[in-house]
Amino acid sequence: MKRRKFIRNTFLGTAASLIGADIVFSSSMPKNYTPIGLKDPDPYTLFNKDKDMTVLNDKPWNIEAKAHLLDDKITPNKYMFIRNNGNIPQNIDVAHWKLIIDGESVSTPKTYTLQALKSKFKNHTYQLTLECGGNGRSEFNPPAKGNQWTVGAVSCAVWTGVRLKDVLEDVGIKDDAVYIGYHAADTHLSGDPEKEPISRGVPIEKALQEETLLAFKMNGRDIPLAHGYPLRLVAGGWPASASGKWIHRISVRDKVHDGTKMKAPAYRVPCKPVAPGEKVKDADMCIIESMPVKSLITYPRSGAMISQGEKLHIRGHAWAGELEVQAMAYSIDFGATWHTCRIEKPINRLAWQHFNASIAFPKKGYYEVWARATDVDGVSQPMLVPGWNPKGYLNNACHRIAVKVK
Amino acid sequence: MENQGFKNKVKRIYYGLTLFFGLLLILSGGLVYKMVDPSFLTFPNEVETETYVDVVGFDNIENGIHLETGFKDDEGLQTVIVNCTSCHSAKLVTQNRANKEGWISIIRWMQETQNLWDLGTNEVVIVNYLAKNYGIEEKGRRDNLENVEWYDLKN
Repeated sequence: MKRRKFIRNTFLGTAASLIGADIVFSSSMPKNYTPIGLKDPDPYTLFNKDKDMTVLNDKPWNIEAKAHLLDDKITPNKYMFIRNNGNIPQNIDVAHWKLIIDGESVSTPKTYTLQALKSKFKNHTYQLTLECGGNGRSEFNPPAKGNQWTVGAVSCAVWTGVRLKDVLEDVGIKDDAVYIGYHAADTHLSGDPEKEPISRGVPIEKALQEETLLAFKMNGRDIPLAHGYPLRLVAGGWPASASGKWIHRISVRDKVHDGTKMKAPAYRVPCKPVAPGEKVKDADMCIIESMPVKSLITYPRSGAMISQGEKLHIRGHAWAGELEVQAMAYSIDFGATWHTCRIEKPINRLAWQHFNASIAFPKKGYYEVWARATDVDGVSQPMLVPGWNPKGYLNNACHRIAVKVK
Repeated sequence: MENQGFKNKVKRIYYGLTLFFGLLLILSGGLVYKMVDPSFLTFPNEVETETYVDVVGFDNIENGIHLETGFKDDEGLQTVIVNCTSCHSAKLVTQNRANKEGWISIIRWMQETQNLWDLGTNEVVIVNYLAKNYGIEEKGRRDNLENVEWYDLKN
């Protein structure tokens, strides 16, 4: 804040000389260089985020929650993580926003206005879990490059829109369709208009699921700009990068979509397990589909101190990508013994589930409460960081909080 | 003497024009800034009495940290700032860890896919700076819980 005022005050006095300086320096500045001092420093106001959110990156914007901020059953915008690959589109003209459906596997490309989409097709509402493929990356060893997400790149908001399935049926897709790929209005960081920051997608089976939406509302209101206004593809349970923001075109492909960040190593993990640090050829990297089983203790915040004899009431959420969570357990002795938590059914498929438990501690001292979810296939979260992979995806290790009994 | 009068006239016109263009430059500068920051010259209701003497300068270093970017102060800092913060945030650098080989492979990836330019002789300066200041820290398969903020939980 002080910086902005400083710049403003400086401009007030010597606007002309500063502009002069700007021109002189620009010749030695790399192309597209924006002086660091001129960036907007307050993302919290910009995106209506809570002050406790962590900014990992401001160009592009990448912001994550903390476990205790995700306590709401339905994630409000202020606690929803932002993962951007490029620059947020400017000057969105909703009245003229169009969605084009094209690609090798449509008979004739078709264009819809936003209004036509909303009125022509039945609207559906689902609560959908979106987790960044790189959530938990910070724990991998050796480290993986990229935003060092800890635990907060996950959300479960209520999305309203039309089924992609209904739209694709209206367009008419051929039998040879295998994938859909989205194209969006965000711009590449380098300023190169030929480059798309990200253009991912999902197999046609996922595209045709009832819960896969072309959404125009989040939590009952227009989608916030940073989350894809005015139109977002939402494919719950998959890496959130599959849920493209600011969508204006969807291509129905007769092959696996080959847009930016579809190719190895982006959003891929080794097809076969590898040793930590091992080099993996691009050809041996497989696309991440459903996200793995995972859970978070959202109450209390880590660091709680209680008195001896008091019970600790914990709660949180659990999710398992395409699957449902079957059981939830906690441990206060580093996994030596596990105890059952109550867990609710999901409100709809692909929504996270809520758990709670009341814990008694045997004596005074330092404890860690570890939480572990198990999906319907009997697969549980590991206590250790799971299989190392070059890009640091899919860390679904158990979450834990520190507790002291006094 | 007619010549002298003419000279004076020219001088007066010259000063007048200088003043005019000077004011025009200041005004247009202000207007351009108003476009960039619409709140400029929009005076808030409360009169601000604070003064901002102790501002963060573009190149201030405190406790070994370059305040503007968060980079560690070391040989190569300016080269890193100019080449690495043009397209992305300094935060994307400072939150990552890699050895020389790792940083070089990140640079190659950016050159191949993200329009990063040829760094020439700066590359060795940048890689040395990064590997020294943002090198790999050995850690196990799960860290201790650190930086816990303890508080009394009221039931």
